[in-house]
Amino acid sequence: MAVTENTDPAALSADARLSERKNVSVLSLLLGNRGVFWGSALLGMMVLIAIIGPNFTLDPTALSPMTRLKPPSAEVFFGSDFLGRDVFARVISGARISLVVGIAVALVAVSIGLVLGMVAGYIRTLDAVIMRVMDGLMAIPGILLAIALISLSGATLGTVIIAIVIPEIPRVVRLVRAVVLTVREEPYVEAAIAAGTRLPWILSRHILPNTIAPLIVQATYICGSAMLTESILGFLGAGIPPEIPSWGNIMSEGRTYFQISPWIIFYPGVALAITVLAVNVVGDGLRDTLDPRIARKM
Amino acid sequence: MSNEPTSASTSRPPVLEIKGLTVRLPKGADREFAIENVTITVGSGEIVCIVGESGSGKSVTAFTVMGLIPRNELKPVAGEIHLDGVDLLKQSDRQLRHLRGEKMSMIFQEPMTALNPVMKVGDQIAEMLEIHTSLSAGERRERVIAAMQDVNLPDPESLFHSYPHQISGGQRQRVMIAMALALEPGLLIADEPTTALDVTTQAQILELIKSIQRRHGTGVMFITHDFGVVAEIADRVVVMQHGKIVEQGPAEQVLTRPEHPYTRMLIGSVPSLTPPERTPVNQSEPALRANGLNKIYGSSGMLGTGRVVHAAKDVDLVVYRGETLGVVGESGSGKSTVARCIVRLVDPTSGEVLIADTDIAGLGQSTLRPYRRNIQIIFQDPYRSLNPRRTVGQSIIEGPMNFGIGQAEALDRARNLMRIVGLAPEALDRFPHQFSGGQRQRICIARALAMEPKVLIADEAVSALDVSVQAQVLDLLDDVRKRFDLAMLFITHDLRVAAQICDRIMVMQNGVVVEEGRTSAVYSNPQNSYTKALLDAAPGRHLAFLQNS
Repeated sequence: MAVTENTDPAALSADARLSERKNVSVLSLLLGNRGVFWGSALLGMMVLIAIIGPNFTLDPTALSPMTRLKPPSAEVFFGSDFLGRDVFARVISGARISLVVGIAVALVAVSIGLVLGMVAGYIRTLDAVIMRVMDGLMAIPGILLAIALISLSGATLGTVIIAIVIPEIPRVVRLVRAVVLTVREEPYVEAAIAAGTRLPWILSRHILPNTIAPLIVQATYICGSAMLTESILGFLGAGIPPEIPSWGNIMSEGRTYFQISPWIIFYPGVALAITVLAVNVVGDGLRDTLDPRIARKM
Repeated sequence: MSNEPTSASTSRPPVLEIKGLTVRLPKGADREFAIENVTITVGSGEIVCIVGESGSGKSVTAFTVMGLIPRNELKPVAGEIHLDGVDLLKQSDRQLRHLRGEKMSMIFQEPMTALNPVMKVGDQIAEMLEIHTSLSAGERRERVIAAMQDVNLPDPESLFHSYPHQISGGQRQRVMIAMALALEPGLLIADEPTTALDVTTQAQILELIKSIQRRHGTGVMFITHDFGVVAEIADRVVVMQHGKIVEQGPAEQVLTRPEHPYTRMLIGSVPSLTPPERTPVNQSEPALRANGLNKIYGSSGMLGTGRVVHAAKDVDLVVYRGETLGVVGESGSGKSTVARCIVRLVDPTSGEVLIADTDIAGLGQSTLRPYRRNIQIIFQDPYRSLNPRRTVGQSIIEGPMNFGIGQAEALDRARNLMRIVGLAPEALDRFPHQFSGGQRQRICIARALAMEPKVLIADEAVSALDVSVQAQVLDLLDDVRKRFDLAMLFITHDLRVAAQICDRIMVMQNGVVVEEGRTSAVYSNPQNSYTKALLDAAPGRHLAFLQNS
């Protein structure tokens, strides 16, 4: 029998203690990053406002022709618009739409992109087909595609989300495919193949976990850019219908009155900028802590 | 010969004097000092070999001399380094930059990554002269051509305009040496310069370093883990372990009369080129047979014909139960391609792979799957062979569970296998990063054995390991072959390792089997000229103690 190298239980358990400490520290490591900490704090505040805020404001759709275009004051914090609606109430309630669109788009785009990317990266015969379709999608400007899709199907929250998701998918597919192509060559994947592991298990056990870190980072960027796209669509009049206030359509409606009452555009604009900034700061921080090497390639 | 007594060495003026050098590691490392109280002298025209296993501090010593260590992490806390009377530790970054290249220079292990891939090699050598001298462009070019001739590069005029990827690995290392010696520095530091090269190329590069050093009177500090290389090249030897020097002295003395037990262990672990007596194998039951195996990489695709590589040409082989067949060859010989075709990690272009009279070469994935468990493979890199996110236990039981064995039974078997490969069964719950390279290779062996295979393929399975660990893993492989009556296909570039473990040997060159026979017969009386060249190039073969240790 061969001489054993290190079977000393004390030495092995010392190693184990070392690594347990490492596992515990992942969360504190993430929050130790200033970007992640402050970004999440800001974002958490926005989510809280979106959830409970509308309970404490006036009705965002209540018309009040007597008090139209009032500048911000102690009674109406953000002023009122051309129909006398309270801009403060409208901005708070618009936060719901922006956050729902951002988070939904990120989740849906990442899920679809993950599946397509894994298939393209691992099953070589489908690679060319999937990737050419993705190249085609990438060649069409995202906003144009979204406007076209919405004009075809009518503007509701659902169609707006779908219209923003489709142009985001190719980026996720490319990212996942790139990771799969590197990982599938790793000896541990080959060992699993040699051990007769079936394809779904190879993908989910050995390849999928490697895509998580870059995907989380990518998801934050998609979330931020989806909120912007939703606002642009709203501003162009192609987004969520005006009876549901969203930051985009509030600004769209305020455009005509920008010269005399700029606050109608100013406050939703500031809210949008702060939220997107918070999301992107979290994304940058996650990228730096999770996987600096992969992130730099993106 | 370099191993002749070097009585003159003491009278030579020293180029480099390292006195009591101690370098502190950052907090939280496994020991306090990377190197401790290291004292080494390199005379002009002398080759001093620093030998040690990974983590011995030999590279830290070299990088500290060059001033290339990250000073905020590795801090020299005591000692002096004198180069031609100048204390390097007291020099500013600017002064060090001047000294590097002019007074001392360095060559590295991997010449492909040490050269700039987007710059012509001639320009890279000329850059040294451009920075340190005021020669005109024409004079620089002449000096570069002369330097390239000096390192025996063929046709320097045309090589001048080549990019690194266009020349061979040996030529790249020659370019590195030409670059290092362009300014005739007094000290050359060579950090494992031949480790990444094929054995025949290694022999040429060692010969080159020796002859250049003799002609120019350069002092050479040569870092290596390979005692064969030491025997070829060293005037004096320094043996390091855990950051400390355990023994130093003239090469002949250290190699033939080692005093420290660690030196003795290291030299004793070098596998001998003489195959030991092996009990003959009953060649009645073939476990694996390959007939006319061909693999062609690259073929005409949609966008026209690409480069076509015939990686394996008409390879026939047979391995009997309980037998080890060695497949030996240099990089690009097709030995790994053969292994991967047999395991069906790549699909052979043509030919048969027979397992118990079933040809698995052409089977589709689903019909192939039941046969997978018969052939298992162990890879070279222990750090990439195990999924870092899964526990060792999960990795080992994955295969058996694929074939319908329950988790409890599979775990039971895994615990038993851990004992067989010399690890504690409790370690099944740990993750791969908690193990050393040698331990991981043991885990990989256990994972392969869990499938109860008939054929075990070891693809350079001990090549990435330190020599002492290598010997243990080799013993283990031989042990499991006997215990489970396995047929083993042992792929290696290392003739010494092959001599120790193989019953029969197959030598491959450019995808073709050039020689095959009983190990002892091939080693004592090689028939093919390439086999002869390989055996001649094995470093340290003239030393008797490495022959029959």
